[in-house]
Amino acid sequence: MTLTEDASGAWTVIALDAMAAQHASRRNLTVMPAAPSSPADVAEALTRHGYLPDEGLATSIFLAVALKRPLLLEGEAGVGKTEVAKVLSRWTGGTLIRLQCYEGIDASQAVYDWDYARQLLHLRAAEATGEARGVGTAELENQLYQERFLLKRALLQAIEHTGDSVPVLLIDEIDRADDEFEAYLLEVLSDYQITVPELGRFSATRPPIVVLTSNRTRDVHDALKRRCLYHWVEHPDFEREVRIVRMRVPNVIEPLARQVASAVEALRSLNLYKPPGVAETIDWAQALAVLGVSELDERMVEATLGTVLKYREDQDRARQHGLAAMVKTAVERGAPVR
Amino acid sequence: MSGSDAAQPDAAQPGAAPLRGQPAERIAVTFARVLRGAGLATPIGNVLTYVDALGRVGLDDATAVYWAGRTTLVFAPEDIPLYDRAFRVFWGRISPGDLPPEPEVQRITLALDDEDAASDTPDDAERTADRDPTLVLRFSAAEVLRQKDFATYDDIELRQSQQLMEQLRFAGPPRRSFRNRPARNGSRPDIRRTMRESLRAGGEPIRRAWQEPGQRLRRLVLLLDISGSMEPYSRAMLRFVQAAVAGRQRVEAFALGTRLTRITKELDSRDPDRALGRAADRVQDWSGGTRLGECLRDFNDEWGARGMARGAIVVILSDGWDRGDPALLGEQMQRLHRITRELVWVNPLKVTPGYAPLARGMAAALPYVDHFVEGHSLAAMEELAAVIAGTTSARRRDHPASPHDTRSP
Repeated sequence: MTLTEDASGAWTVIALDAMAAQHASRRNLTVMPAAPSSPADVAEALTRHGYLPDEGLATSIFLAVALKRPLLLEGEAGVGKTEVAKVLSRWTGGTLIRLQCYEGIDASQAVYDWDYARQLLHLRAAEATGEARGVGTAELENQLYQERFLLKRALLQAIEHTGDSVPVLLIDEIDRADDEFEAYLLEVLSDYQITVPELGRFSATRPPIVVLTSNRTRDVHDALKRRCLYHWVEHPDFEREVRIVRMRVPNVIEPLARQVASAVEALRSLNLYKPPGVAETIDWAQALAVLGVSELDERMVEATLGTVLKYREDQDRARQHGLAAMVKTAVERGAPVR
Repeated sequence: MSGSDAAQPDAAQPGAAPLRGQPAERIAVTFARVLRGAGLATPIGNVLTYVDALGRVGLDDATAVYWAGRTTLVFAPEDIPLYDRAFRVFWGRISPGDLPPEPEVQRITLALDDEDAASDTPDDAERTADRDPTLVLRFSAAEVLRQKDFATYDDIELRQSQQLMEQLRFAGPPRRSFRNRPARNGSRPDIRRTMRESLRAGGEPIRRAWQEPGQRLRRLVLLLDISGSMEPYSRAMLRFVQAAVAGRQRVEAFALGTRLTRITKELDSRDPDRALGRAADRVQDWSGGTRLGECLRDFNDEWGARGMARGAIVVILSDGWDRGDPALLGEQMQRLHRITRELVWVNPLKVTPGYAPLARGMAAALPYVDHFVEGHSLAAMEELAAVIAGTTSARRRDHPASPHDTRSP
């Protein structure tokens, strides 16, 4: 993104923000080595940056980076799909470019748009200074379709990015977009090229790391899936979840982290509408930490149940099942292993 | 939910030792063939990616080999067990006999008019006429067929009914799309077009262009009960479902029995016979028991609440006989009712004289149903199509079905 002399206020701010972010990332973070040499490398690096992947996810990420393929992540809500892209950008030091999909998203919101307001202003200015009369319509039109009037959206930003570090493009909840958009995306993710008819072709010097996520409200098209590597993200097992809690909420002591993880595991087995994900586990641990709790008890669970279970019916079911028994098991399991 | 962890090869396993010395391409292609044999679609492009992946992780570590395949060859969680089986057979050199048996697949033959159907049909001419793709039913015949109860259909009538069902239109009420479209008398300025037009006038925006929000079809979700008690009707109704899936966009179809099976992909074909055949192969519990409550719960958990049923028209085609717990069914119906736009229940028994929704499941579900319609004949299905299209004056949901049932507008 370049600054132009006649840039409007808004433009300047956006451009400066982006530049500042780039500078910060260059200064503070160790840039990812050219390519990780094994899945274990990836696991180690992500752990260092605050994400604990299991072996499968580490292998998928390793292969996605090594083979330069997009990575499609599916799984229950709250298992940490979006977080993968964030940690990748922390690791690589590249900008995180996020495209949130929704129904009806189209090229002008995902790829580029022309800044019509500024184009109109330009025309009026040309007219006012008498310049418009001097040049022909064709020339006037050429002036209008210059890069400085182009509003680059997420996909184009990711493609034309030039910098030391590879950007991370997060295409979030692709299942919410329509089929047409998916088809377009397939084209972009195959060649890493975008054509703007009035300007020509933008192509990536270094393709971005691409992470797509889906909640499976519908099937992503086979062709797009084939283009990607695929990983189904599971809830973490008990020990991993304990480590995640310890890592994300450092002021929670080990026994409490174990109790929370155990209680969440019990809740997940209850056939709930929305079984708690890792995000909820972390929220819960955080809430307990803020309240100064050092050991789980029934009263505290009752008071903080809303941070893990977000449906009234789910809370009722958990109560019916007996919070006391759940707490008892959790406390037993929370005892340090000898 | 770490079921697949169990399937991962344990460290003690010798990994790919038996295949050492073979080039990765050869191993990958052979393994892909095993996967295809197990029923997993494995396109050649992905096999090539798999070869690359094996090249990166090497063949020594069984876990890495497992994940290299999982991430390049498997694209749906349902396929993971298939992959796991194939992996154990191929890399572990376990003979298939040592594995636990696959669940037995029960198949039914749908009344498709195959060439090799039993040749003892007395009138050969009639059969030929029946196969004729341009067969047009005379009005009277069609009229008789329209009113006839599905349960009394013979195979030929079933086939004829297909053509009438294909003529049904399932448009459905639209909803506002996020995207705008050009409109002469729209309410929002279309700056892009105004801009382009102003160029002709030397930059003067004389003609203003307008746009308005576009419209999109609401999703239609069809849940077909295929249990034993529905057998006389489910064959005809499956044709109805197929016609809907093939006839318009944004339709999803599921079979409800002892388990929930998604059959959208199988049915989505212009060729109804192929579509029905594929669906019949996919569904494993034809004419078995019914566990409506559990199936609806699975639907809500896996698909509905995640987005598929939100703002959609959901149609349940079932007689409401349920072996499961009516309380569970009621609870799941309430849940479904809360996120759908309209919830329609089609019951083929409704027309039966003296019928009252006495089946316990039906009674539990009824408070949450917006439209309760018949489903025993073509005429009834036409009525259903009209309900879906929103062209009948059937009652719209105007008050919550229960005091606890609050809906967002």
